Amino acid sequence: MSDMKQENINSTRFDIPPELQNQVAITTLDKIYNWGRRSSVWPLMFGLACCAMEMICTAASRYDLARFGMEIMRPSPRQADLMIVSGTVTKKMIPQIVRLYNQMPEPKYVLAMGACASGGGPFKEGYNVVSGVDRYIPVDVYVPGCPPTPQALLHGLITLQRKIDAQSIKDARWYRKEEIAEIPIPIYGPDIIDPRQIEIIKQQTRRQPGANGSRRSRSAGIVGR
Amino acid sequence: MTEQMTPSVEELARVDELTARFPEAVTPDTRKGYEGYIVKPENLIEVATYIRDEMGYDFLANLCGVDYLPEGKMEVVYNVFRTTGGRGLTFKVQTPREAASVPSLVPVYPGADFQERETWDLLGIRFEGHPDLRRILMWEGFNGHPLRKDWREPYFEEEGKPFKSRWPDGHVYRIEDKNPFANNVAYPEGFDPDQWEPENDAKLYESLRRSVKELYSDLDTEIIMVNMGPQHPSTHGVFRIAVALDGETVLALKPVMGYLHRNHEKIGERNTFLQNMPFTDRLDYLSSMSNNFGYALAVEKLMGIKPPERAEYLRVIMAELTRISNHIFAIGMFLNDLGAYFTPALYAIEERELILDIFEAVSGSRMMCNYFRFGGVARDLPEGVYDKIYKLVYDRLPRRIDELDLYLTNNEIVRSRTEGVGVLTPEQAIAFSEAGPVLRASGVPYDIRRADPYSIYDRFDFDVAVRYHGDTYDRYLIRIDEMRQSIRILQQAVRDLPEGPIQEGKPQYQVRVPAGEAYGRVEGPKGELGYYVVSNGKPNPWRYHVRAPSFINLNAYETMCVGNKIADVVAILGSIDIVLGETDR
Repeated sequence: MSDMKQENINSTRFDIPPELQNQVAITTLDKIYNWGRRSSVWPLMFGLACCAMEMICTAASRYDLARFGMEIMRPSPRQADLMIVSGTVTKKMIPQIVRLYNQMPEPKYVLAMGACASGGGPFKEGYNVVSGVDRYIPVDVYVPGCPPTPQALLHGLITLQRKIDAQSIKDARWYRKEEIAEIPIPIYGPDIIDPRQIEIIKQQTRRQPGANGSRRSRSAGIVGR
Repeated sequence: MTEQMTPSVEELARVDELTARFPEAVTPDTRKGYEGYIVKPENLIEVATYIRDEMGYDFLANLCGVDYLPEGKMEVVYNVFRTTGGRGLTFKVQTPREAASVPSLVPVYPGADFQERETWDLLGIRFEGHPDLRRILMWEGFNGHPLRKDWREPYFEEEGKPFKSRWPDGHVYRIEDKNPFANNVAYPEGFDPDQWEPENDAKLYESLRRSVKELYSDLDTEIIMVNMGPQHPSTHGVFRIAVALDGETVLALKPVMGYLHRNHEKIGERNTFLQNMPFTDRLDYLSSMSNNFGYALAVEKLMGIKPPERAEYLRVIMAELTRISNHIFAIGMFLNDLGAYFTPALYAIEERELILDIFEAVSGSRMMCNYFRFGGVARDLPEGVYDKIYKLVYDRLPRRIDELDLYLTNNEIVRSRTEGVGVLTPEQAIAFSEAGPVLRASGVPYDIRRADPYSIYDRFDFDVAVRYHGDTYDRYLIRIDEMRQSIRILQQAVRDLPEGPIQEGKPQYQVRVPAGEAYGRVEGPKGELGYYVVSNGKPNPWRYHVRAPSFINLNAYETMCVGNKIADVVAILGSIDIVLGETDR
């Protein structure tokens, strides 16, 4: 509870009479609001691959995620604030990940754990691998490593806390009037289809063989290979 | 290699037996570096039945396809073994690349089920007579069969690494910039997204319904289809189970996988031989040392080299430590699945961390050790680590295993939840090609360390753990037993660890691997982990296939679950102990 100390909360330079200093704290709304949020981030219980093992170890006794108020991992996206994308994101899995993200209530954060989730990692060239989860959903913190050690993940989470600290209730995305648009869910096609890319796909596949400007594939009849 | 060159008397007799019995249908495989027989497709079932019933090769360990593009043919390779032990037998069947098709062996070896589906999915070889030939790793409607040699991934650069553009000049570019969609995708020419009907799992549900009918044709109740996963806390990762339920009773169950299909085999065929070593770490990411072991053995078999003594001992020490760390974690997670939420797992992870410390000290990484090299290991033990291992295996681990045993084994809830649940008979276990703890818990004392010893396992005094009920409880107990046996092996290996070099010859970045095929297998913590490697003398393997125990052990999952309650589905999966990195590869 170190951030509960008066110097952390009380910094609005109001003079509080000495006899009240243990009972009254004067602070900004942002500070108390962010302090509450950053100290109880509930991650989604959601493991993809190898990194999930390190995530489990981080939650276990030696590294003890509970110190940050984050030990309550919720299996339901409706109750989670943070999605730790812990592992390789595959094309077969990405529709489910996007759906989970859409189901999480605001404010929500995404932490890309490890090389695969950040950019494809060692498996990037694979035909079923998404080159980083940020192709589909916005990422707040990237943690490098393959897999990142628990210490690295903790550092990533502390970085996320700093990000939360810097936010303000005035311009928070989730208090604005306009509705936040959901991310369209990718479709299983001959290859994964990002609905936001449909126009480009049509344009490219409609082209006749040998048309200039397009990077022709070496295997016949396939665009992009 | 020496074994391959000088066949034993028994082997010569075997040659006679199979070719004499089927002179028309069976010919020995005479290609250089290859072994076994080539069977004509039309006689395959007959020959396989003979091999199983008359010759006693009752365990189909590995089934995989190979695309021989230059010769214009596909080959399906079967590696069969006797559960009584000894060396295996390899037979193959060939088919033209266009409209590739061979008879299904599911009627003879039910364990061929998933492996044939995988071969169909990735190589496009049809298995005639397969009861449920659907794609297994990719989704229905995916364009092409990715492991075919003329199929290229969207980020294709060259056939093999190291890529000329990068090495030796060191040009670096982003591969996305070469793709018209700036993404890892490719579509057929003329593809119109508006006309596309996405996959709706129709085939999956049809297959599920079909199995229900076969089992309970006389019942007229409302059947509920339930999907668990791929995002579910008890599926050990991104695994999906489609279940047909009558009330709470399971009528039929189909595992759905591929959500972590990371294309190990396609990437492995682009990599050089040594570059594959770190990728094997990421198969079963809880036991990377064992994965290294199997791959090193397969390639060493092709190269005809053997590591020096000290390296052999280090390998065994690391592999057995891996087994303990895997089993202890498996037990912790299994108890999680039973509902003992995280408390036993915390105890288990505590011990695992101590073993990971040793791995980190010797290899530099906690989980992805990348420690083995062809003909040795990467590094010697750093100072002080020997003492750490010594204390761990002589003092701490035996005590903590006893402690787990004391707290859990006779716990009333554990026993009532697991005893008599998910029973698998020995006959079923063999037929479904189950391996490792699942097989041994069903009363089949088959452990490759004893049945077909590799490395230096023939020097150690240990027992093959075996239990006889084949239920979930026995699959839990067998892991406790196996950890105790691993401790025994470790104590001997640590005591006898000799001094000396750790690498045969000079460490090499680019190894020369003679043309040929090899199947290397180890008793991994989850079961028989095999690598089928084909080399054509180039720096990259022509075929690199992983026989993944987590994947093949799921063959029996439906049989174990049917008739039990939905809550037991979770417990049974925990007792099989799968890791999705290996299941989906």
